[in-house]
Amino acid sequence: MSTAAPSAAPIVALTEAAKHFGPVRALDGVSLSISPGDCLGLVGHNGAGKSTLVNVVNGGLAPTSGSVAFPASGAASALAAGVRSVFQELSLCPNLTVAENLRISHSALKGMNWRAPARAEIRAALDQVFPGHGIDADAPVDTLSIAQRQMVEIAIGFAPRGTEARLVILDEPTSSLDAGIAEQLLSHIKQFCARGGAVIFISHMLGEIFEVATRILVMKDGKVVAEKPAGGFTRQGLVDAMGHVATEAAAAQAARAQGEEVLHTPEGLRARKGEIVGLSGLAGHGQAEALARLYLGATSSWRSPREAGMVFVAGDRGRDGVLPLWSILRNASISILPQIARRGMVDRTREAEITAEWKARIGIRTDDVTNPILSLSGGNQQKVLFARALASAAPVVVMDDPMRGVDVGTKQDVYAMIRAEAARGRTFLWYSTETEEVCQCDRVFVFRNGEISAELTGDEITEERILEASFEMEGA
Amino acid sequence: MKLFAKYRILLPVVSLAVLLAATFYMQPRAMSYFGINLLFNLAVPIALATVAQMMIIMVNDIDLSLGAFVSLVACVTATFLNDSPMLGVLILLALVLCYAALGAVIHALDLPAIVVTLGMSFVWGGLALFILPSPGGASPGWLRTLMTVKPPYIPMAVCASVIIAVVTHLLVIRSGIGTVLRGVGGNARSVQRAGWPVVRLKALAYGLAGLFGVFAGMALVGLTTSADANIALRYTLLSIAGVILGGGEFTGGKVSPVGAVIGALTLTLAASFLSFLRLSPDWQIGAQGAILILVLTARLLFTRRDAQA
Repeated sequence: MSTAAPSAAPIVALTEAAKHFGPVRALDGVSLSISPGDCLGLVGHNGAGKSTLVNVVNGGLAPTSGSVAFPASGAASALAAGVRSVFQELSLCPNLTVAENLRISHSALKGMNWRAPARAEIRAALDQVFPGHGIDADAPVDTLSIAQRQMVEIAIGFAPRGTEARLVILDEPTSSLDAGIAEQLLSHIKQFCARGGAVIFISHMLGEIFEVATRILVMKDGKVVAEKPAGGFTRQGLVDAMGHVATEAAAAQAARAQGEEVLHTPEGLRARKGEIVGLSGLAGHGQAEALARLYLGATSSWRSPREAGMVFVAGDRGRDGVLPLWSILRNASISILPQIARRGMVDRTREAEITAEWKARIGIRTDDVTNPILSLSGGNQQKVLFARALASAAPVVVMDDPMRGVDVGTKQDVYAMIRAEAARGRTFLWYSTETEEVCQCDRVFVFRNGEISAELTGDEITEERILEASFEMEGA
Repeated sequence: MKLFAKYRILLPVVSLAVLLAATFYMQPRAMSYFGINLLFNLAVPIALATVAQMMIIMVNDIDLSLGAFVSLVACVTATFLNDSPMLGVLILLALVLCYAALGAVIHALDLPAIVVTLGMSFVWGGLALFILPSPGGASPGWLRTLMTVKPPYIPMAVCASVIIAVVTHLLVIRSGIGTVLRGVGGNARSVQRAGWPVVRLKALAYGLAGLFGVFAGMALVGLTTSADANIALRYTLLSIAGVILGGGEFTGGKVSPVGAVIGALTLTLAASFLSFLRLSPDWQIGAQGAILILVLTARLLFTRRDAQA
């Protein structure tokens, strides 16, 4: 069999590969084989399992069940099989030069005199992918622009590095490249595949996917929902395959009387009193940063007023939410301490009263609020963070993807709470990666590449419209 | 002024030159073979300790036990290495391996290096007191000879500093493994993705730090001819200051071995310079700190300006 046509054997073959993180099925049984010459376009919404699939293929994660094999090379590890990855978040060592970065991933360069061959190899790789790149092999990476760093990373991915690149995984490679450079990359991918290499290409630019991919794989909820040759899809068909229609929540949305405008940022983010404003788009396109700028600008400067006009509900609980060593009570009451203090001393009775009231209203499931916060489940910890924010009198509530890792029951409780508070005149700014949540908002801003690409209100807020605005429909 | 940002080594060199010129101006007699040797004699162990600290800072950690470790090595050198050389060498080797193991443990268990090394400093200090409860011991003859050798034209202290700088430059900046080690400081994840066992690399960096720490302790005994359990306690902070003064950064794997050696020389010279100023010893530590702050401020200003440009 192997003597007949070794090139026909797939470079990588996944059989029913699954990866679970606790109860979360990030990858739910995917079978896939990539043969020489394939250029696989991989698309899907946030959290569809693209990154997990990539990490299982490149050996970064071991699958919980199922298997990953490399039949063409017979190698045991992805690295030995010539599988290389170029990640979206830049993964070069910024303190090293371009050539030194090649050395990191090129263990065949040995001896004292490795610099000259390293320089020659990275120069050749850069020249091949990006002719006329103008990058010095001896320049430290932190002196290069973001686009140049991305180019170096791509070049290292395609460089021979002692063996040969068989499968190169490109995760959003063009997001920081301008159109001309991106075009160079696309034509290199085509040549590379024509010579018998294979590429997995992840992009939110559907135009690019259609230009290079021979096959397109659509993922949703950790599963492959569609896999066809590129010609078998239309753009609209692709967007439809990624999304799902869930509009039952929209019925609950009653038209509310809207008050005056309470917020207007230079970027174009606007909110009225009593309005729930959603921030949507693909993850990492500037939504969280926009909220952080807005919130920190309003509250954390030297001269900010003592009673903040804004409160924050963290989504990344560990990083900017819970105070892990404190009790539930202390975690909930920290936002109101200045208001209930008497002569600078904390009023313990009022603190306990207010916390007890919010425990009942939000339904924090605990017998004793003096228990440590970490004794609660993730969802209940999140409720404490909501109580912390809502207990204050601030008219604007900023929420940074607060439903991350929260169970469905808690979500329904919190949705109801948000709607009730909005009806009383509070304004909510809600960044969410889940389109279903965004569809509950009165107004939605869709972000792309750090800018607002669309503003949707009322009936315009549909999953399709949001997806359309998140993805670059024009292509490269 | 982009020059300073482009060539990070320039600022340490300029600082040392300015301080040296000021010293010679204050005390022209220092401008001689013996004068220079006296000025920089004690810089040799400090330079070695600074290089040891640099190995740790290179992989984004910090070592608060270095001073106690160098003291322990000095005690071992003045007793075991002098009385029964075989045993002494074995103990020193074991100490280096201890350091390597420490690096592996810190990485494997994801412990904060600052806490682990602070704890270890008491272990080293205790062992040193156990070996040498009161100051004493004697330097092995060959070590004494090595540290007091008088090469023609260039004083021993300068020769030794140049050798340390060249060897560590080759090791850390030029060699392949040194590059990978700096990569660990720059972006450990990318090094790991490229298939390197980061835990072994960390152990190697710590092991190298232990090795240079051992050299520092031995050099110190060679100069002072005896040891004491507290002989090098101030090396912890001096070595950190030396690395930073030499153009290194606390994080990101940005280190310069040549700069570190120059930083150590500058710190030693600063102490002598203040003595020449007839500054009361009570004020000297504070004045040394002021010099440090001055140089670091200059560096910050230059890098900021460059970032804006």
